[in-house]
Amino acid sequence: MELLYAMTTGVLTACGLYLTLRGRTFPVVVGLTLLSYAVNLFLFSMGGLTTDGAAIVSEGTGYADPLPQALVLTAIVIGFAMTAFVVILAMRARSEVGNDHVDGKKEDRE
Amino acid sequence: MMQHLIVFPVVLPLIAGILLLYQRQGLVRYKRIVSVAATALMLLVAIGLLRQAASGEITYYALGDWQAPFGIVLVLDRLSALMLLLTAVLAVGAVVFACAGDDEKGSNFHGLFQWQLLGINGAFLTGDLFNLFVFFEVLLLASYALLLHGGGKARIQASVHYVVLNLAGSSLFLIAVGILYGATGTLNMADMAIRVADLPAERDGLVTAGALMLLVVFGLKAAILPLYFWLPKAYASAPAPVAALFAIMTKVGIYAILRVYSLIFGDSAGGLEALEQPWVWWLSLGTLAAAGVGVMAARDLRLLVAYLVLVSVGTLLAGIGMRSPQAVSALLYYLIHTTLITGGLFLLAEMIGLQRGKAGTRLVKGRPMVQGAALAMLFFVGAIAVAGVPPFSGAFGKALMLNAAEGDQRLWLWPLLLLASLASLIALSRAGSTLFWRSHRGTISGSPLPYRQWFGVIWLLSAAPLLVALAGPVSSYTQATAEQLANPQVLIRTLLPNAAGDAQ
Repeated sequence: MELLYAMTTGVLTACGLYLTLRGRTFPVVVGLTLLSYAVNLFLFSMGGLTTDGAAIVSEGTGYADPLPQALVLTAIVIGFAMTAFVVILAMRARSEVGNDHVDGKKEDRE
Repeated sequence: MMQHLIVFPVVLPLIAGILLLYQRQGLVRYKRIVSVAATALMLLVAIGLLRQAASGEITYYALGDWQAPFGIVLVLDRLSALMLLLTAVLAVGAVVFACAGDDEKGSNFHGLFQWQLLGINGAFLTGDLFNLFVFFEVLLLASYALLLHGGGKARIQASVHYVVLNLAGSSLFLIAVGILYGATGTLNMADMAIRVADLPAERDGLVTAGALMLLVVFGLKAAILPLYFWLPKAYASAPAPVAALFAIMTKVGIYAILRVYSLIFGDSAGGLEALEQPWVWWLSLGTLAAAGVGVMAARDLRLLVAYLVLVSVGTLLAGIGMRSPQAVSALLYYLIHTTLITGGLFLLAEMIGLQRGKAGTRLVKGRPMVQGAALAMLFFVGAIAVAGVPPFSGAFGKALMLNAAEGDQRLWLWPLLLLASLASLIALSRAGSTLFWRSHRGTISGSPLPYRQWFGVIWLLSAAPLLVALAGPVSSYTQATAEQLANPQVLIRTLLPNAAGDAQ
């Protein structure tokens, strides 16, 4: 499971990073979204992966580290708000500047 | 009552911001009153907190009475109190200036302004690494919206860069926090300092990676050399009161570097001690050089001031890079000076632009100004202070910084800092003579500026003579702050009385 988890996080990060470095706003927004997914997965795994652990601390049985779950929840909420904001911003930039390049220049759009 | 004072800088702007949400348009007068009153109250609270912290006692506020390391704590020491007061002073100038009309160019200016203060104050107070992330996000979200206030092509362009870069930075922040939590098992900074001190050797690499990633994030906020390219455009296109408030934003990054690395990676961290030092030192010198070139190349007064902010960032980071109590003391003095003066210069640039009509803040011949003489006097004071020429505060700050350098450091810092100052001096005198002397012959037109704008600028620029007059008390306070930062054990013992006993 660790291998699968690590690969998923890694692939998401790589795709996110590649897309963030693109020249147009739409791939950049998608890239940032992928990056925040990867970060959420990464944060979730930082307490160590536990299978069949109790979600609530009880005596005797093993339990999953609850803190990363709380952190991920916070990160998801913040990430969601930021994505919504950056989508609106990208649309405003498209309508004000007239094209969807991040630098607002038409000639080197490719 | 007094024990709850620490939470006020966070709660007060929050409540004021929520009140100010009521109705998007209209009620201008009431909104201004609420906003200015909340900011003025913040100033009083900050003065109270400074008096409390000046004794050297470290106090903390456990939210919900959950004690550290499990709960989130707000910690007040000399450094936090100083930064809170600085923020409040800057905010009063900026908010009064905004009341002259800038706040009505878009919606919800005052609410966003208060939330920006909430984020900044929270970042200065919190003792928890994840909570620091949350407050960073609060201040960033408010700053995104404030940067766009009023709209316009240039602002949107600058905002796209600023927002995308900071979102990527936030992702990096989370990764770094995750790594540090995974390696040490705690998020409380004081607790982390203890855990790092007796860290198993195989986790050194992981903690180093996390710590240096944090440095990238803080470096992005502080605008250190390879990460500063967003700053000139964003600051130059932001509305004037927002740009003035942003003068403290780079200092949030500097504060975070100072706090995290002096507390967690201080003397007790063994092999990980001062792991940020070489990076910060060399990159700060690079920042100074690049900013010096930028200052000379700027063809717009606001861009020029934005590059002056960068010069100050380079200087401040060099102080961190020297890593001695003298240097920290000098950099704190310089930090007070540079935040207030560059904030004031942003406001002044807006006033000059308003009086020059079409020429705006561009450094070209324009029409003569109605109140040119008074503006020129203020510009003269601000320029002398920011370039570091006696008799104003900049000269003191720079002299303290130069004096704090030791041995080899002098070889690098002295020429670079002095050359950057020379570049600022040349650029500012060129800008001043173009703006005030080389104007077209022609009739003076335009209306006098509102008195609220004059108040904002004079409030901030009066720091230049005041910091010289009060140099004694201010520098003894910064000296005491630097000593407190050099001994993080006191803070750790206050927050975690039991754990620190075990570790000894």
